[in-house]
Amino acid sequence: MYSFTLSLNKIAAACLLASAGQAIAAQPAAAQPVTLGVAIPTATHGFTGGIVWWANQAKKELEAANPNLKVIVKTAGSTPEQANQVQDLLVVNKMNALVILPLESASLTQPVAQVKNKGVYVTVVDRGLTSPNAQNAYVAGDNTAFGRLPAEYLAKKLNGKGNIVVLRGMPSTIDNERVNAFNAEIAKHPGIKVLDAKYGNWNRDDAFKVTQDYLTRFKQIDAVWAADDDMAIGALKAIEQAKRTDIKEVFGGAGAKFAVKKVIDGDRLIQANVSYSPKFIYDAIKMTANARLKGETLPAKTIIPSVLITRANASQFYYPNSPY
Amino acid sequence: MQPTPTTDGGGALPGTPVKAAGPALARPLSRFKGAGPIVALVLLCIAGALLNPGFATFDNLMNVLTRTAFIGIIAVGMTFVIASGGIDLSVGSMAALIAGVMIVAMNALALGASPPSALAIVVIGIGLALAFGAVAGLAHGFLVTHGRIEAFIVTLGTLGIFRAVLTWLSDGGAITLDFNLSETYGPVYYQSVLGVPIPVWIFALVAIAGVVILNRTPFGQHVQAIGSNEQVARYASIRVDRVKTLTYLLLGVCVAIATILYVPRLGSATPTTGILWELEAIAAVVVGGTSLKGGSGRIMGTVVGAILLSVIGNILNLTSIISVYLNAAVQGVVIITVAYLQRGRR
Repeated sequence: MYSFTLSLNKIAAACLLASAGQAIAAQPAAAQPVTLGVAIPTATHGFTGGIVWWANQAKKELEAANPNLKVIVKTAGSTPEQANQVQDLLVVNKMNALVILPLESASLTQPVAQVKNKGVYVTVVDRGLTSPNAQNAYVAGDNTAFGRLPAEYLAKKLNGKGNIVVLRGMPSTIDNERVNAFNAEIAKHPGIKVLDAKYGNWNRDDAFKVTQDYLTRFKQIDAVWAADDDMAIGALKAIEQAKRTDIKEVFGGAGAKFAVKKVIDGDRLIQANVSYSPKFIYDAIKMTANARLKGETLPAKTIIPSVLITRANASQFYYPNSPY
Repeated sequence: MQPTPTTDGGGALPGTPVKAAGPALARPLSRFKGAGPIVALVLLCIAGALLNPGFATFDNLMNVLTRTAFIGIIAVGMTFVIASGGIDLSVGSMAALIAGVMIVAMNALALGASPPSALAIVVIGIGLALAFGAVAGLAHGFLVTHGRIEAFIVTLGTLGIFRAVLTWLSDGGAITLDFNLSETYGPVYYQSVLGVPIPVWIFALVAIAGVVILNRTPFGQHVQAIGSNEQVARYASIRVDRVKTLTYLLLGVCVAIATILYVPRLGSATPTTGILWELEAIAAVVVGGTSLKGGSGRIMGTVVGAILLSVIGNILNLTSIISVYLNAAVQGVVIITVAYLQRGRR
């Protein structure tokens, strides 16, 4: 799995380089007006808040730089709403390119496929569709590394021996992918025991409660894999309240700005993080817009790598103006 | 003045003379039904203690009671609204928005030109929260009574409005309390008095006040009379609109109290704060024996109901017998079972 992901990253990077090379060679004379629709989830928690912020950031920068480009950002709270928006973008706004972060894979595959059949260039971000035929390009974060890197880091930090409790996100394929990658890596270290894994629903309050109960239940916990920075806050507060000193690390994830700040400041419990920035929507919009303005296409699959953030490189992942 | 309960019978108003038809039978039976949640709670606690020795410890008990305090306090207010035949779906969003507004205001004060002391800022924040809750409740009551819009619709509307405004205030991210203020404010959640955390004390006080107001005052009698039969209550010259509006105001204040205790816990408000609290509060009220159709309110039942819901979650976290995917199913089964044990008139 490890080498597979790595090679995927390499391929993606190579493709990116190749397309960048082409971009330089291409003649800007062929410029055609692009109306780019962006369909993303409504800001309902920190991460989607970041998605919305980065999408608007991309709109601002790209529209200022390209008079031929119009970016329309639509946020949806539910799958049917998003499907309607995609349709409206086509019929009302006459978009010819779409960047979509689907709320749900299966139910949005048909609506997106229909838009693509009408000649719209489709880039799908993060959550994939069930049929790759419905998309031209796919851009995603690396969920396997999101689970594997904390496992590697914690195994090393605990010298291959200790007890870990896990807070999961919401029951979803993304969460399964991350947790499976984490467990697969931990399995290589027989001295490390995962005591339990319960859902904290990517929510501070739920994480607080679950951690309180973990602390009641287990007398010796060496590390918490909170699997998300919002949940890490809840876990930290519960540990602080219980005045427990056995825990050496709370590993969140996704590179929220407060967490990265703690890494920079050398916090006692949060010393590392893994990047899974909502910035990938920005990258996807920018790549799609630039390619379409030149009449080019993107590589079929681009994985934005998840990187281990430690004090040494944390400043590169710190975006103080983003809400996330 | 004392309203006579109407034809649907059986649901004797607590604290009022039971009406003529079949009192001898109805009284002990309803007593027995009122014990449903307590029996369930005791059984659950025994199960919890058997499953994990950590369950029966004082610290765990306090954890459970403290986390119940938010929903419990809201549910006490909700008992009044439901007993009068109303409903409020917006309490979770309202709590989130009050938390957000409170934090924004306190931060602004702290960063202002000549900031007052941290303690003064916290007191101002608390006052602001109470005022906000009261005004929001008043607005609900006004729209329901004078606006003649169903409470379900009014509060469904404000559910969306409150949460959207919070999301907008926070840019979809988190609103976080200034660090120095957190230090000052933190003890409100984390400090204990006589070994019992402050939120548990406040929860107890709110519950006692609720019992007194609902069962020992004319206002409480009127609330239940209106829920029993609004038309008859009108004929009995009860000022229905005013009483109903007051129930929403009371609930708004309860939401504010809960929020005041909630903010120092994590020192932040996010768009996920308070999600589904309305359903938990309504479930606590109904599990506690108050009819969703109004009429008879049971504050102590509500308190037990709220604790029951927290205990289920706590036990599920303390064990790993059941697949985590099925947690919500276990909760659902217990809720339905207790509601069945305690079903009254329909």
